[in-house]
Amino acid sequence: MLTTENTVNWLTSFGEKVIENKAYLSELDSLIGDGDHGSNMARGVQAMLEKFQSTEFKEPNDVFKTTAMALLSKIGGASGPLYGSAFMEMAKQSETGDISVIISAGLDGIKKRGRAEPGEKTMIDVWVPVCEALQENQLTKQVIDEAVQATKPMKATKGRASYVGDRSIGEIDPGAMSSAYLFEALLEGDILND
Amino acid sequence: MKKIINQPSDILEEMLEGFCYAHSDKVKRLENTNVVIRKDKQAGKVSLVSGGGSGHEPSHAGFVGQGMLDAAVCGEVFTSPTPDQVFEAIKATDCGAGVLLIIKNYTGDVMNFEMALDLAEAEGIAVDKVIVDDDIAVEDSTYTAGKRGVAGTVIVHKILGAAAEQGLSLPELKALGDRLVKQIKTIGVAIHAATVPEVGKPGFNLADDMMEYGVGIHGEPGYRRDKIRPSKDIAAELIEKLKDDFTWKSGDHYGILVNGLGATPLMEQYVFMNDVKGQLETEGLKVDFKKIGNLMTSIDMAGLSLTLIRLTENEWLDYLNAPVRVTAWGG
Repeated sequence: MLTTENTVNWLTSFGEKVIENKAYLSELDSLIGDGDHGSNMARGVQAMLEKFQSTEFKEPNDVFKTTAMALLSKIGGASGPLYGSAFMEMAKQSETGDISVIISAGLDGIKKRGRAEPGEKTMIDVWVPVCEALQENQLTKQVIDEAVQATKPMKATKGRASYVGDRSIGEIDPGAMSSAYLFEALLEGDILND
Repeated sequence: MKKIINQPSDILEEMLEGFCYAHSDKVKRLENTNVVIRKDKQAGKVSLVSGGGSGHEPSHAGFVGQGMLDAAVCGEVFTSPTPDQVFEAIKATDCGAGVLLIIKNYTGDVMNFEMALDLAEAEGIAVDKVIVDDDIAVEDSTYTAGKRGVAGTVIVHKILGAAAEQGLSLPELKALGDRLVKQIKTIGVAIHAATVPEVGKPGFNLADDMMEYGVGIHGEPGYRRDKIRPSKDIAAELIEKLKDDFTWKSGDHYGILVNGLGATPLMEQYVFMNDVKGQLETEGLKVDFKKIGNLMTSIDMAGLSLTLIRLTENEWLDYLNAPVRVTAWGG
């Protein structure tokens, strides 16, 4: 069950993972993009963590909204509005308390903002299988890992990576990787277990 | 790299301060943002907000003022501003009649401005958007799905700005903007690449005797490289491309904009304008409106672009000629 406390814990853990893996995310991005995904994401989650420190939240809705504003104002590029849209849509569904409905709303937000479909080597290639697994109550680390690895053979047709064309094949999509941290944090927290 | 700057990372901040100081009679900076707004907010009219990455000066802050934009949202060099900044511009300039966003067609700009639109709608502000994609050189460029938005955006600012002053409603302006964008086409040529200060070297290499047709305003690849040609040959090629796209006939009414990309002197722009004049006369076009200068630049790129607008509605010429009080539209 989603509570204000476990939502903050989940996103805090997500933020810590991004900061820990900042260099790795940028390295992935330098292979197929402009190499700033790690530092951009870290800047965003840092702002989010600072907001968490200074804010008393009443309900999960506030947590998601605050997260959305922190990420969309600090990440920049395309990842800012994409993560921002995801959390904004998640906020709207937070009253349901149903994490699979909430994540699915986040996915819809990303699809609308980025006009991307599965198989185009983007973050949604992690969000889609995670959504499906959540609906069956079967999200595992393996589901997430496989989704990340599955972006390797894909050819990017959306986003910055698309202009390296065939060179994007064989590498993990950095947005897929940062999204994986979000879901690993979800798995490790107590939202799914309570 | 040789530039008159301090730290590359401080350029946006320092440029905005300098700009607002120099033009304090017309504009001011919206506190704690990278947004330039009109000094004299005008009640009762739809607010026009544009912006994008910096490096295209005088776009877009140079067009803030009576008769054109109400706000320009300035991102880092060649980087879209974030949605919160656009949202602040929307909130600060809305007078209750709503806000129209004018967005150049780059994936980052579209995403960030649309996100701001969603934020504003959630606050109950009426917002709509016009996406400008006037560059006919190539489809699906480095930062763009579809065609890029370039110098024609300034024409959109001018016509919609005048129409907004006349009191057109948000839906009317949106519809006018969408019709307008279809009638504006641009194509450019570069003879030297721009140097992004944070990068420190030119974005691409062109040998001394080479030029590239169809380069974008962030140095995106064009459609062909060639030995540098006389101005009249360049004009002929660009007009040929525009003709293919417009499919005009003798007697049609047009407006033209010759736009310098940053490092091409006005002297050369006027030489080019003279060649454009001759060839459009040969085509039998009636040129009712002319503009020349550095309106949509690419830092220190050398080159220029040619924009044509087909004047399909009578009011458009009046809107183009309506008086403005902005820093960069000129006389």
